Amino acid sequence: SVNPDLASERQTASFSVEGLTTVLDGGAEHTRVRRAVVEVIERDPVFSRENQYFQTQNERYEAAVRKAVHLQKKMHEMGWREDGPEFIYIYRAVAGDVAFLLHRVFMRSISVLGSDEQVAKWIPPATKHQLIGSYAQTELGHGTYLQGLETTAVFDTTTQEFILNTPKISAMKWWPGDMGRSATHTVVFAQLYVHGKCYGVHPFIVQIRSLRDHSLCPGITAGDIGPKMNFEHIDNGYLMLQNVRIPRENMLNKFCEVEPDGTYIRRGSQKINYFTMTTVRVSLLSDEVILPLMKACTIAIRYSAVRRQSKLNPGEEEAKILDYQTQQEKLLPQLAAAYAFHFVNNYLHKLFDRGYKEIQERNFNSLPELHASSSGFKAMLSQYCTAGVEICLRACGGHGYSLLSGLPSLYTKILASCIYEGENTILLLQTARFLVKCFAAASAGQPVPQSVTYLAAVKPGKCPAKNKLDFLNPDIYVEAYQHTAIRLSSSTAAKLQDLIQSGVKKHEAWNQCTVQLVQAAKAHCHYITVKNFVETVEKLENKAGIQKIMKHLCDLFALHGIFSNAGLFLHDGYISGAQMDMITASYLDLLGVIRKDAVPLVDAFDFTDKSLNSALGSYDGNVYQRLYEWAQKSPTNQQISPAYEKYLRPLLHNKLSKL
Amino acid sequence: RRLTMMNADLRRERAAATFQPELLTHILDGGAERTRRRKEIEALVINDPDFQHEDLNFLSRSQRYEQAIRKSSLMVMKLREYGIADPEEIYWFKSFVHRGRPEPLDLHLGMFLPTLLTQATPEQQDRFFMPAWNLEIIGTYAQTEMGHGTHLRGLETTATYDPATQEFILNSPTVTSIKWWPGGLGKTSNHAIVLAQLYTQGQCKGLHAFIVPIRQLGTHEPLPGITVGDIGPKFGYDEMDNGYLKMDNFRIPRENMLMKYAQVEPDGTYVKPVSDKLTYGTMVFIRSLIVGDSARSLSRACTIAIRYSAVRHQSELKPGEPEPQILDYQTQQYKLFPLLATAYAFHFVGAYIKDTYRRISGDINAGDLSELPELHALTAGLKAFTSWTANAGIEECRMACGGHGYSRCSGIPDIYVTFTPSCTYEGENTVMMLQTARFLIKSYNQVIAGQRVSGMVSYLNDLSRQRIQPQHVAARTVSVRINDPTSLVEAYKARAARLVEAAAKNLQAELNHRKSKEDAWNRTSVDLVRASEVHCHYVIVKLFTAKLSEISNAAVRAVVTELCLLYALYGISKNAGDFMQAGILTDAQITQVNQRVKELLAIIRPNAVALVDSFDFHDTHLGSVLGRYDGNVYENMFEWAKKSPLNKTEVHESFHKHLKPMQAKL
Repeated sequence: SVNPDLASERQTASFSVEGLTTVLDGGAEHTRVRRAVVEVIERDPVFSRENQYFQTQNERYEAAVRKAVHLQKKMHEMGWREDGPEFIYIYRAVAGDVAFLLHRVFMRSISVLGSDEQVAKWIPPATKHQLIGSYAQTELGHGTYLQGLETTAVFDTTTQEFILNTPKISAMKWWPGDMGRSATHTVVFAQLYVHGKCYGVHPFIVQIRSLRDHSLCPGITAGDIGPKMNFEHIDNGYLMLQNVRIPRENMLNKFCEVEPDGTYIRRGSQKINYFTMTTVRVSLLSDEVILPLMKACTIAIRYSAVRRQSKLNPGEEEAKILDYQTQQEKLLPQLAAAYAFHFVNNYLHKLFDRGYKEIQERNFNSLPELHASSSGFKAMLSQYCTAGVEICLRACGGHGYSLLSGLPSLYTKILASCIYEGENTILLLQTARFLVKCFAAASAGQPVPQSVTYLAAVKPGKCPAKNKLDFLNPDIYVEAYQHTAIRLSSSTAAKLQDLIQSGVKKHEAWNQCTVQLVQAAKAHCHYITVKNFVETVEKLENKAGIQKIMKHLCDLFALHGIFSNAGLFLHDGYISGAQMDMITASYLDLLGVIRKDAVPLVDAFDFTDKSLNSALGSYDGNVYQRLYEWAQKSPTNQQISPAYEKYLRPLLHNKLSKL
Repeated sequence: RRLTMMNADLRRERAAATFQPELLTHILDGGAERTRRRKEIEALVINDPDFQHEDLNFLSRSQRYEQAIRKSSLMVMKLREYGIADPEEIYWFKSFVHRGRPEPLDLHLGMFLPTLLTQATPEQQDRFFMPAWNLEIIGTYAQTEMGHGTHLRGLETTATYDPATQEFILNSPTVTSIKWWPGGLGKTSNHAIVLAQLYTQGQCKGLHAFIVPIRQLGTHEPLPGITVGDIGPKFGYDEMDNGYLKMDNFRIPRENMLMKYAQVEPDGTYVKPVSDKLTYGTMVFIRSLIVGDSARSLSRACTIAIRYSAVRHQSELKPGEPEPQILDYQTQQYKLFPLLATAYAFHFVGAYIKDTYRRISGDINAGDLSELPELHALTAGLKAFTSWTANAGIEECRMACGGHGYSRCSGIPDIYVTFTPSCTYEGENTVMMLQTARFLIKSYNQVIAGQRVSGMVSYLNDLSRQRIQPQHVAARTVSVRINDPTSLVEAYKARAARLVEAAAKNLQAELNHRKSKEDAWNRTSVDLVRASEVHCHYVIVKLFTAKLSEISNAAVRAVVTELCLLYALYGISKNAGDFMQAGILTDAQITQVNQRVKELLAIIRPNAVALVDSFDFHDTHLGSVLGRYDGNVYENMFEWAKKSPLNKTEVHESFHKHLKPMQAKL
């Protein structure tokens, strides 16, 4: 039975939870398919994550391989196809806890970068898992900066082979998933040398393990890179190559080829390939970044409605911790952000769908905007959501620190997203470069992409708000965000210009402005997110209850952002000190309003208990009973203490008493 | 240290430093003699083969617990063998043995024994102290329950006195009342000091402490009526058996209640304690330790991130030139140097609290408790402020190490998971901030009522003086000199005054609207937390600045002054809204501050490595491949990875179990 403290929260919901779930899924049919997939996966014991928190790295890895193998069978059985509507929900339902994710990247890179013959040769056996692929890009010494990679591939015209080498320790491939123990093949990125000339980084298919007995191939040193903060189930690996020879045909050659005589040919445009890499950043946002924040909010908010601590009023029973303003201030902005990011993710997908169509028509004009958007939003969302999950973790006090709460593993997993697919600071600087360019163009009256046309609207002025209610008017706060975003872009652009004119070299001037540039890029993404939230709420007009609560969340997201970055908004006096006090007051009022719907708002995310895998966050709210039951399952309680006979007994009995 | 083997980048960094790191180490340790002694104790541990073991990253939880127990028992014996008895020296020895990690005897040594000393009667000391000292009794301190942590009055465990048998009957009446989290409770301890609601003669007398045997001496089996175990895996603290304890009609003799202060007489008559303020002393002491721990944990993370950033080369700054050290990027400096300055600030704050506590605790024993409320209030807030900041800072450092920071070989994940619970234990941080706020509001109200307040809150006295002239604090003109730390202290002071006043006024406004005091307090609590934060921030800037004049060596003073300026200016830059809104700084001045912060980054850059060397962490203690003193990062990462459990066999068993059958089928 449901804990009465949670049941009462649900009775007073101001909107239809099911209706909101449908909005989040993008339609009732999607909700139905998603639930069907989740149901099938969770009913199957092979996919159970029940004992996950007690498993060692070795056990986690083995389970992930078992699940990956089983998943193939299951998909076949259910008739789920990679291009079917179920596919996007499968990974979510298994909570990412499967092996061979890099195998998919391996296949995609062959499909995109390989010639028709290469696709015909490699994709069928890969599809049947007759070989398992990985994708070896990063090295010990280099990550995001790809031009710096040190692995070499030297073409030998006499044998028509490439000779691959790891010339020094920092050139060792490091981190690629599935490579430590599983993969038989991998796409290796290496500096191509022909007749002593370097042509830059190119991809090569290299076999690393025997297809017969899985032993390492000659010249290959490979293994697991050791324990990490999370991803225990993935065998991230290292790879060292010593005079490994591969046939000329193993260089992926859709765009570049080395002919038998060593002639290097470049053909076609790599821009599509470039576009593919950019889309990866956007495609990971939903499952790897936004979903973990939604889960963390669900756990922390349900737990806060169940946990009672201290008294708000003397003589009453202890209060739910969710009724404390300080607890609301920790959790509710995270909840609002989860919604804001869900909607901005939809916006990005639309932007990319449109871009994809244009690119198929060989129109590459939108590439810079797409690249800047994917970089900036990946950085902003991953940073924000990572911080948000950690706030949720700490808001659950001591019990949040237990692995059984589910929060530590959500946190250690999401925080990797700040680094992979491009380190966040570097990505923000790429967005900033685009903004500075567009600002210059806009100032000169030239056309700029749609998402940055606002940069042309520089108009000094003051925020017109007169009282705290004015700040619940989206026009008022969207304008404030826009103003601040323009100010940061324009002032940084101006400073850059000043430095260059005063004789500072261009690259040095850039380095001196990077702290501000990062700020400008964040402000841009924050503005777009707020603006998009407002527009999304407007479109919900036929769903009155839902529109109302979404409007509150939108207001909260916007005002929290101003409250937390007060200096940026006060800086040029656009917002006055007195107005900042009004914003604070409105913001704090909203906490109390949203508090009433907090539990229904997380219920709408529609996570099953199994997918949350949390003793604190289950739907029925029977927190303490579950925590106690789960703890008893811990191996530490089922084995005799390994230390007792060896150390504790001698300690307790004789040794010390003689001292 | 083998200079010949040192990475060339680090060698260059060290040669270019403008000061001698050892001199700064002496300041951090509290004198050259303390440094010498610390290193002497460190050498005792590091050169002792008994304390060597495999890299803990490759051990299972159960193996880590076993190693910790092994080392703890040796540690206790060796401490006595070496005659190390000074609390600080014991602390050093312990943290070298356990490399900064918790251990199963922590609660026995840190809580059980001291509680016996302070709260047991002489008769009880006779019965329990020597067996506990000799570890025949291993005890823990069982306070928190599943349903209650920081709010102690809500604890539900009961101890009901039965005059017929002269026993207390202990019960865990609900699931939520099960004792949960105490360290060493799960598997190690055979006794616990249990906090329970005392019932006698049908009345509840509030929380009291009882010595409860939980496991049979000899067999170590749980006693009848006792259910005890480990609470399962956690974020960190793998070596600690945090436990649960459930008691069902478990009887203990009347003499097992700690009765130095409160007492229950044989007939059940309850005798009240003289003063309950005394127990505050221990809390203040432990919270002061957390401030020091914040400093040390952040220092370790900074050491790793800054050394690694000096070794790692990436991308290009100038076209055509070799890849630069990532420490040369402004964004990297902006991430790390303010944290480095923060680590120094917290070291000095920790030392200040320790000294003040020593001074005041002398007075406590002499019966003068007048300074206790302020110290209690101050340590609560500083505990929260420093642990929150360090918590976030450690993560910043890890993130600044890119992908490799995420590997356990970087050592930062471990620092983080070990440190982060200090935001919760010994008083949840938000609750701590609100305790400080209560003191601030009380002081503010005293000032309004015409009284003068003293100590760190004395700036509130100025508020009343300004009120005589009808002028808002915000309108006050402060001429801030951004290169003068003393002037910056004034700016922070003005900010604290404004936000404490704003919180007090908002509280008053709520009171005017509503009846209940508690409701008004709750509706103002976000403001109140901010007031506490800015008060603590002011105290830290003030203490850091005060430290400068104590540094005699000019070169060291110069570099520490730069750090102090960076700390203060970065804080202004990050909280520019507060300073502008209060009219303390204009937006033009904020622009200058932002600019000055970036100049300071460049000024500190040449000394960055020397500044982390001064923390003087031994490689064994640092536990990081990325942060090694010699900077030979990459080759050692490879060596480390080869030891991973997944690499024990060339072909993993799952190949035969899963992969091969699948390939055959498809």
